[in-house]
Amino acid sequence: MSSRRSRSRQQSGVSSNITDEQITDLVSKLQQLIPEIRNRRSNKVSASKVLQETCNYIRSLHREVDDLSDRLSDLLATTDTDSAQAAIIRSLLM
Amino acid sequence: MASLISYLKFEEESKRKKLWKTGYELRDPNSRSETSWRSESEQRIYSTKLVDALRLVRRNPSTADKVSSFREIREAADRVLAVAAKGRTRWSRAILASQLRLRLANNMKHKRAKVTGCSRPKRLEKKRFSPTLQRKAGLLSRLVPGCRKVSFPNLLEEATDYIAALEMQVRAMTALTELVTGPPVDRLGSTSNS
Repeated sequence: MSSRRSRSRQQSGVSSNITDEQITDLVSKLQQLIPEIRNRRSNKVSASKVLQETCNYIRSLHREVDDLSDRLSDLLATTDTDSAQAAIIRSLLM
Repeated sequence: MASLISYLKFEEESKRKKLWKTGYELRDPNSRSETSWRSESEQRIYSTKLVDALRLVRRNPSTADKVSSFREIREAADRVLAVAAKGRTRWSRAILASQLRLRLANNMKHKRAKVTGCSRPKRLEKKRFSPTLQRKAGLLSRLVPGCRKVSFPNLLEEATDYIAALEMQVRAMTALTELVTGPPVDRLGSTSNS
């Protein structure tokens, strides 16, 4: 039953035939976001390379967020609650 | 008994999937307005909501050990990010859904097996993609929350939005960390408090 549903999910978009153009368009949009590829300045980047670099980039962003969460948890544990938070709130809302 | 439980789990999952699917399709994909993750206002809103969430975390000093406080902060950061997406993207809904599921499981005091999408592994696209490309697409689909079974174009769209959102999250949290680290003296006049 769910296989019927998920099959119909794939076809319920605009068209079931996804054009090559659509895909290259999306890939190039993705390409623009990834600093690795953006800075390299070559126009011909294979889709496989874009996907690989996308994965690497997402992983590195996850690591950064993890690292920042870790630092925040250390900092918030040791800083005095009231003054630090009052300062943060004041500077963020001003 | 075990089969009854697994049947109920399956029913629940199907209902939930239906809800997500309906919600997703009601929005015309062509007119989907996008979150501008790069705008300053978006970042400011995120930072404010994150601070609020972190304040709630701090209110429970019982969770004093490092691992759980790290977990709570990470989850708060992701939750606020997902909420900022306003339900427009699959990855944001998946983050909220999985956090909710974990909370319910913990509250009900029995561990429900996490139902991920891997029970029926499916190839993303049936046609003309080389195995290398399919493999990399599979890797990507595992990195973006909630996107294991979506079509290739949707996966690329979700990834595009997800990356922009993550970058904003990093910017906001970095700014927050710098605020807490360097006690700002002149601008805020907070020295009088201590």
